Amino acid sequence: MEPPVLDVRNLSIEYRTSRGIVRAVDGVSFSVPKGAIVGLVGESGCGKTTVARSITGVLHQSARIAGGELVFKGKDLVAAPEKEWLEKRWRDISFIPQSAMNSLDPVYRIGAQLEEVLVHRGGRTRAEARSRSSELFDMVGLNPARLDEYPHQFSGGMRQRVAIALALALDPGLVIADEPVTALDVIVQRQILDVIRDLQRKLSLSMILVTHDISVVAYVSDKVVVMYAGRVVETGSTADVLERPRHPYMMGLTNAFPDLDTAAHDLVPIDGSPPDLASPPSGCRFAPRCPFLLPRCETDDPASAALGEGRSVACHRAPEADDLRARAKESATWLPA
Amino acid sequence: MATGLSATTPLVEARGLTKRFAPPARLTDMFRKERAHTHAVNKVDLTISRGESVGLLGESGCGKTTTGRLLLKLIEPSAGDILFDGTAVSGLAGPSLIDFRKRAQLVFQNPFDALNPRFTIERALAEPLVNTGVDRATHHDKVERALSQVRLPPLARFEGLFPHQLSGGQLQRIVLARALVLEPDFIVADEPVSMLDVSVRAGVLNVMREVRSSLGLAALYISHDLALVRYVCSRTLVMYLGRIVEEGPTEDLLKSPLHPYTRALMKAVPVPRVDQSRDPLPIIGNVSDARGQPKGCSFRDRCPLAIARCADDEPALRSVAPGRRVACHLL
Amino acid sequence: MANVQMPAQNLPAGRGDNAFVAGLRRILRDPFSVAALVIYVLLVLVAIFADQLMTHDPTQIQFRANGRVATNQPVSEAFLLGTTNLGRDIYSQLIAGSRNALMVGVTAAISVAALGTLVGLLSGYFGGRIDAFLMRLADVALAIPFLPFVIVLSGFFRANTWNVVIAVALLLWPNTARVIRSQVLTVKERAYVEAARVTGASDLRILFVHVAPNILPLTFLYGSVAIGWAILTEAAVSFVGFGDPSRISWGFMLQDAFVSQALSRGSWNWFLPPGLCIILVVIAGFFLARGAEEVLFPKLRS
Repeated sequence: MEPPVLDVRNLSIEYRTSRGIVRAVDGVSFSVPKGAIVGLVGESGCGKTTVARSITGVLHQSARIAGGELVFKGKDLVAAPEKEWLEKRWRDISFIPQSAMNSLDPVYRIGAQLEEVLVHRGGRTRAEARSRSSELFDMVGLNPARLDEYPHQFSGGMRQRVAIALALALDPGLVIADEPVTALDVIVQRQILDVIRDLQRKLSLSMILVTHDISVVAYVSDKVVVMYAGRVVETGSTADVLERPRHPYMMGLTNAFPDLDTAAHDLVPIDGSPPDLASPPSGCRFAPRCPFLLPRCETDDPASAALGEGRSVACHRAPEADDLRARAKESATWLPA
Repeated sequence: MATGLSATTPLVEARGLTKRFAPPARLTDMFRKERAHTHAVNKVDLTISRGESVGLLGESGCGKTTTGRLLLKLIEPSAGDILFDGTAVSGLAGPSLIDFRKRAQLVFQNPFDALNPRFTIERALAEPLVNTGVDRATHHDKVERALSQVRLPPLARFEGLFPHQLSGGQLQRIVLARALVLEPDFIVADEPVSMLDVSVRAGVLNVMREVRSSLGLAALYISHDLALVRYVCSRTLVMYLGRIVEEGPTEDLLKSPLHPYTRALMKAVPVPRVDQSRDPLPIIGNVSDARGQPKGCSFRDRCPLAIARCADDEPALRSVAPGRRVACHLL
Repeated sequence: MANVQMPAQNLPAGRGDNAFVAGLRRILRDPFSVAALVIYVLLVLVAIFADQLMTHDPTQIQFRANGRVATNQPVSEAFLLGTTNLGRDIYSQLIAGSRNALMVGVTAAISVAALGTLVGLLSGYFGGRIDAFLMRLADVALAIPFLPFVIVLSGFFRANTWNVVIAVALLLWPNTARVIRSQVLTVKERAYVEAARVTGASDLRILFVHVAPNILPLTFLYGSVAIGWAILTEAAVSFVGFGDPSRISWGFMLQDAFVSQALSRGSWNWFLPPGLCIILVVIAGFFLARGAEEVLFPKLRS
C-alpha cells in the first residue's frame, strides 16, 4: 500500500496568551492517504484550524509547535531547517484560508493574480502561465474568457472557485481547505463541493477539508478525523464514523445534526461547553459533558486506541460502543445530571 | 391601537410590499435618464396568523432579511402595505408606535453583537421595559419570568455578569429572553442559530420551539437553513431575488417542491450520511444581479425548464392547492 | 421530550469587569500616560497656587540692592531664574504663564471636544441633509488658515488671548467631528443599536446610552491632544507679536526674550524655561493620547 502523503504524529501546538500558555493542540495524530479527502471535523475552539495552519506554516506569531512530527512525503517538516520548510510548504502544500474569496486583490485582474503565482513561485514563463491559467479555470468550472475580469465582477461562489484554482496552480501534493463552503449559499456550496469531488477524481487530489459541518464531510470526504478540545477523539472512514460512532461526543453530535432525508426527530443538544484550554481538566476532556461517565474518566486521560483499518477512538468505554450508541439515540440520556 | 377585528384576521399581513434601493451613484448615471434600482423586496404578499410559525427561506440577497425589517418597521417600504392586527403600520408614531413595539419583537443572528458589551445582563434584559416606559415596579418580575421562559437560571445568578463572560448558546437565550420581556404577540427570528456551534443549536432551537408553542406566539423564522425551517416552522415561504416563488406547509415543500428553484434548493442540501444523492443540480449558473426589474420571471435565466413565455410574462403567485401557492408558468 | 433547561452551574461565577474601570486601569499601567497625567496635575496645581508660588510681581520692574534696575540678572537666590532685559523676575513670569496656558489649553480643548463631538454625533447618527450640511461646514472651517485668521481677529478685536481660543474653537473642531462621525457610523450598524430601536428606544436615548459611551474615549483623546496644540498655537501667536500684551504667557516670554536678543547673550535662563514648559505640556497631551489609544484600539497592542 502506498505511504500516506501526510502523517501527523503526536502534534502539539501552544499559544502564548495573556492568561499563560494554552495548548490548543495536544498530541494530535492522523494520516492523509494519497488521493483521499480527509475531513477534519470539530466545533469552534477544538484546534482544527490551528492544526491546518501549522501544516502550511501560517501559524499566528504567538503560536509555536511544542512537539510531534509532520511527515510530508516521508520527510518531517518540523525538524527540517526553516528555509527548506517554507519553500516546500508553499509549493507542495497549498492552503485555502477561511475567507479566501475575500482575499483576492481588488485592483488586479484575476488572470494576473493567477499568473503572478505561476511566474514568481512556479518559475513558469508568461506564456506557460497564461495557458496554465486557462487550464485551471476549466478545472474549476469557470469560463477562461473571464480571466481578464476583476474580482468584484465575480460572485462569492465564483471567487471561491478562483481560490481553489490558485491553490492548485503549482500542482501541490496536498491541499488544505479551511471551511471552504461555510460562507456560501446552499446551491453554491453544493456546486463547490462538486468541483472538489471532480478534482479529486481527475487529479487524484489529496486534501484536508476543515469544517464544523458533518453534512459537508459526509458529502465529500473519504475519511474523517474528529477533534474535541485539542485532541483527536475518533477517526475512521466517513461512513463508519457517521453510522457507527464510537465516541460519545460523536454520538451526541449526530443527534444534534438534522437529517432532511429522514423523518423529523427531536434534536438533542450536548449540555455544557468545551473546556477552557488554559486549564484543561485532568482525565478525559469530554468527561464533564459525557452521559456515560465512569469515575476513571475524570482521572485517566484515554489514549487513542487503534481498532484496525484506520479506525481509532479515544474512550475508556470503546469496547461497549455498540451499547452506548443505542442508549445515545434516546434523548433522555443527554439530559443534564 | 385597535385590537383585531375578528379572530380570523391575520396578525401580520403584507400586501404588495416593495423596497427599492438606489445603487451607489456612478458618474455614468449622469448621462442616463433614470437609475436602475435594486428591488430588494418585490411585491411580496404574505400573512401570518396568531400563534402560527412561518419560515422565510432563501439564499443571501433574496430579500428575506429586508422583509423582516420592513414588517417590524425598522425600515420604511417603497410601496405596499403592512398591517399588524388590522392596523396599518405606516401610520404608527409616538405612543401607538411604542404599543406596536411591545407586541412585535426581533431575535438577532449574532448573540455576541446583539447585546451592548457595556451593559450587564440584568440591564440588557430590563432595557426594553425602560425604553417603553413600563412601570418600574414590575420590571423585576417580568425579567424573571422571561428568564424562566427560556429555561435559564433566575436573575440573581446573573448578577454582575457581562455578555463576554457567557457562551454563545447562553447569550442567544438571553437575546430571546430580552425579546420576550415585553410579552409580544409576534417574533421575527433572523437566522437565530447560524452563528452557534451545532451541538448548541439544538438547545436554543428546542427552547424557541417550546416557548413559542406555550406562549402561543406568532413567529417568522428567516433562514437559509432548510433543516432549521423544517424543525420549527409549520408553513414556509421561499424567496428568490425579492419575490416569493413558493409557499406551503413545510413538509409538503420538502417532499414535493413545485417551483424549479425550490426543487434545486431541496436537492442541494447535504445530509450527514455518506449515501446521499450526488446528482447534478437542476439549476444553471449563478445568481444574476437583481438590478432593475427584468421582464418576465426572475428565475428564468437559471431555470432548466424555462419556456418562451417565461421571458415575457412575470408569473403571479397563484394558489394551486389549499395552502399552496407557486409563481411559475409551468404549473 | 428534548431537554431545554440550562443548569445554573453552566454560568460563570464572579462579576465581570466594567469597561470604563478596565480602561482606566490600563491607562494607569502605561508609564508614559502616568507621566502625562503627572504633568497635567502639576500644571493645574501651579496655576491654582500661582499667587503663593510667585516670588515677585511678574510685571514689576525689580531693583538691586544698589538701587539700579536688575537687568539680565543671572540665576540667584533672589531671582530664581534671573531677570529679563527690563528687570522683571523670570521665575514669577513663568508661574504666571501657567495660568494663561491652562486657561487657553483647557478652554480650547473643551470647545474642540464638545463641538467636534456634537457635530460628529449628529452628523453620523442622523445622516442625510444634516450630515451633508455639517460636513460642508467642516470643510469650510478646514479651508481657513489658522494663523491669518487669528491675525484678522486681532485686527477686529484688540489683541487678546481670547482670539486664540475663539479661533481654535471655530477652526479645529472638524478633525474631531470627522473621526467621531465615522466612529458613530460604525457603532450605528451594531446589532445592539438595532435592538434598542426595536425595543422602543427613542433616537435621543440611543445616542446617549448606546452611541455616546463608545465615542467618549475618542473625545477625550482629541481633547487632550487639543490642549497641547492650543498652548502651542497661543505661543506661536504671541511670538509673532499678535498676542495679548497685557497677559504674561510663555509665548510672550519667548517673544520678549527673542526681541531682547537673549539668544545672542546666552541668557538660557530666560528662553529655555518657557520653551521647556510648552514642550512638556504638548508632550503630555501626546502621551495621554497614546495611552488612550491602547485602550480604544486593543488590536494595536503588541
